[in-house]
Amino acid sequence: MESRSHRFKENAAAALANPVLQANMRTAKGKFVDKRAIAIKEIDDFEGTREAAKQLRNLVLENLDLWLEKFETNATARGAKVLWAKDGAEICRHVAEIGKRHGIKKAVKSKSMLSEEAGLNQALEATGIQPVETDLGEYILQINNNEPPSHIIAPVVHKSLDEVADLFEKVHQTPRKTEIPALTREAREVLREHFLTADMGISGGNFLVAETGSVALVTNEGNGRMVTTLPRVHVVITGIEKVIPTLEDLATLMRLLPRSATGQSISNYVSVLTGTKAPDELDGPEHLYYILVDNGRADVIGSEFQEMLRCIRCGACMNHCPVYQTIGGHAYGWVYPGPMGSVLTPLYTGLENAIDLPHAATLCNQCGVVCPVKIPLPDLLRKLREKQTDKNLRPWMERAVLKAWAFVAASPTLYALGAWFGVRYLKWLAGGKASIPVLSAAPEWTKGRDFPAPEGKTFRELYAERKAKP
Amino acid sequence: MRVGLFVTCLVDLMRPRIGFAAIELLEAAGCEVIVPATQTCCGQPAWNSGDRASAAKLAKKVIAEFEGFDYVVAPSGSCADHIRNEYPSILADEPEWLACAAALSPKVFELTDFLVNVAKLENLPGHFSGSVTYHDSCAGLHSLGIKAQPRALLAKLPDVRLKEMNAAEECCGFGGTFSVKFGDISAAIAERKCTNAVATEADAIVGGDLGCLLNIEGKLRRMGDEETRVLHIAEVLTAK
Repeated sequence: MESRSHRFKENAAAALANPVLQANMRTAKGKFVDKRAIAIKEIDDFEGTREAAKQLRNLVLENLDLWLEKFETNATARGAKVLWAKDGAEICRHVAEIGKRHGIKKAVKSKSMLSEEAGLNQALEATGIQPVETDLGEYILQINNNEPPSHIIAPVVHKSLDEVADLFEKVHQTPRKTEIPALTREAREVLREHFLTADMGISGGNFLVAETGSVALVTNEGNGRMVTTLPRVHVVITGIEKVIPTLEDLATLMRLLPRSATGQSISNYVSVLTGTKAPDELDGPEHLYYILVDNGRADVIGSEFQEMLRCIRCGACMNHCPVYQTIGGHAYGWVYPGPMGSVLTPLYTGLENAIDLPHAATLCNQCGVVCPVKIPLPDLLRKLREKQTDKNLRPWMERAVLKAWAFVAASPTLYALGAWFGVRYLKWLAGGKASIPVLSAAPEWTKGRDFPAPEGKTFRELYAERKAKP
Repeated sequence: MRVGLFVTCLVDLMRPRIGFAAIELLEAAGCEVIVPATQTCCGQPAWNSGDRASAAKLAKKVIAEFEGFDYVVAPSGSCADHIRNEYPSILADEPEWLACAAALSPKVFELTDFLVNVAKLENLPGHFSGSVTYHDSCAGLHSLGIKAQPRALLAKLPDVRLKEMNAAEECCGFGGTFSVKFGDISAAIAERKCTNAVATEADAIVGGDLGCLLNIEGKLRRMGDEETRVLHIAEVLTAK
């Protein structure tokens, strides 16, 4: 997917100016946050479980190559073929080759963020394979001119019921429906035909279980089951960091993932798929392929950002982020929005291509507090800022102002002098009023709020005056 | 006990009265308060902007100014957190300074935390009258556990009524330099905070961090609310 992250400020401004999006984001916010808060209370030791999940993810990342080899050995023994992709282009090439080998005309897909990274749908169309998204949200986006998702688990969270009703009426050429059950029924009727006629199923993978060579899928709509069992070829596309050692570990992570993501105790479907269809089995694919993707991940291993790879893609960080709640996911410009996206996007697409993202956070640490695998997201964002500073990537003016402040603050004399003039200037600017409506020195501040006037003298001055009195 | 007051640059520049209120409270708790005259800024803007060198320079300056006290108290959870929890990271590569940062760290407190848990202040010097709603600033809340302390102090004032707002723990959108890098996003977040706060119909919105309070006050006034007061907790606790 082509990144628009370098245009974050413009994207965000457009999001703020869009009243429909603003209303939709307000509705979505409460749901996720409140439901999670209730769901995590079901576990006696939620904090202890978070710590256990962190440890087990760390264990894998410390020896990722060995766990991947173990997964490959066990998956291969169960009849799967494991392929490796360096980047998005290689994902597309692999899928095209598999399609050619098996004479594929149509591929049904369940949600896969990796296929978003690769821009897989467009690539498939170019090779003559028709891709059909079957996750309801992803389907809505696909029939809306391949609109990108705005959330990693709720891809159409930015849309209202009305917008979807309009879209279905237009695309399906059916009478407009306004009830959610009627709309989902209509989508089902369209998709059922595709499930029955597709010869390839493409899915993501929430976890890869090394000890059994299985993929675990966490879904709510049942489309994942159809995609992975009906067509004769199943292709799993997922990141190399998704491997975990055992089914026991899967159980630990499953205590956290649905609760953190949607506030569900358990998702409607949890599938653990192992190998191809055995001779005595009734369903399952004849051919199973795993495409395990690097696309920037290997470079993060061993770096100061390795902790980011613990991520299990629950979306809690964005659900709780005041910035995400305000501008939605599209503003971030690439596949992953919110705090996790602001770390991943610069790491995967280049620090210089997402210059604003590490700064697009108040560092309130709400993301760090809710992360089920305890990723210190604000620390990672700050470290990315440091990388940018080291490479002189930030705007010249910003660097100059910060340097000047640090220089002045390091000298008590200069600071006292600057403060003396500064507070008097601001007091004068306020002209006897309590606040300043336009401040040319900080135009961004006064765009949307006033600047409260200072008292007019500094504490240090007043304190010295008080001390001087007998 | 000898307490070094870290005034914070925002209080120094914008609201000196908060600094004097902090002194009054600390003295009421029986502390000897010293205000090092050379202090300026804790260096958080530099650190959060990715400028480690400047952050280290200011960290060393603060350490040198404050390491001789029994305690260091700041009327800000954000600055106290920075000195207490970030200085060791900032100075991680300089063993001698790291040792100094680590030695200073446990002595650094946010004002209300110090008054309740260390100095155990019983009788407040002020007698504020009216209803208040309390905004929990992020750094204090998440990194220093400041939640019950300001409420415990407010509860000591017989004429103060606390009216909790919805989402009191949600960020106000200030975020230090974030507020001037992404002014429109910052102000939009502040609007949600102000809406929640005003819905309580409290006379005053109270908090422990001046950055947040300036953000909230600025947004309130822009929204046309000239009535609701925005006060630092130290001002409320010492109000005459």
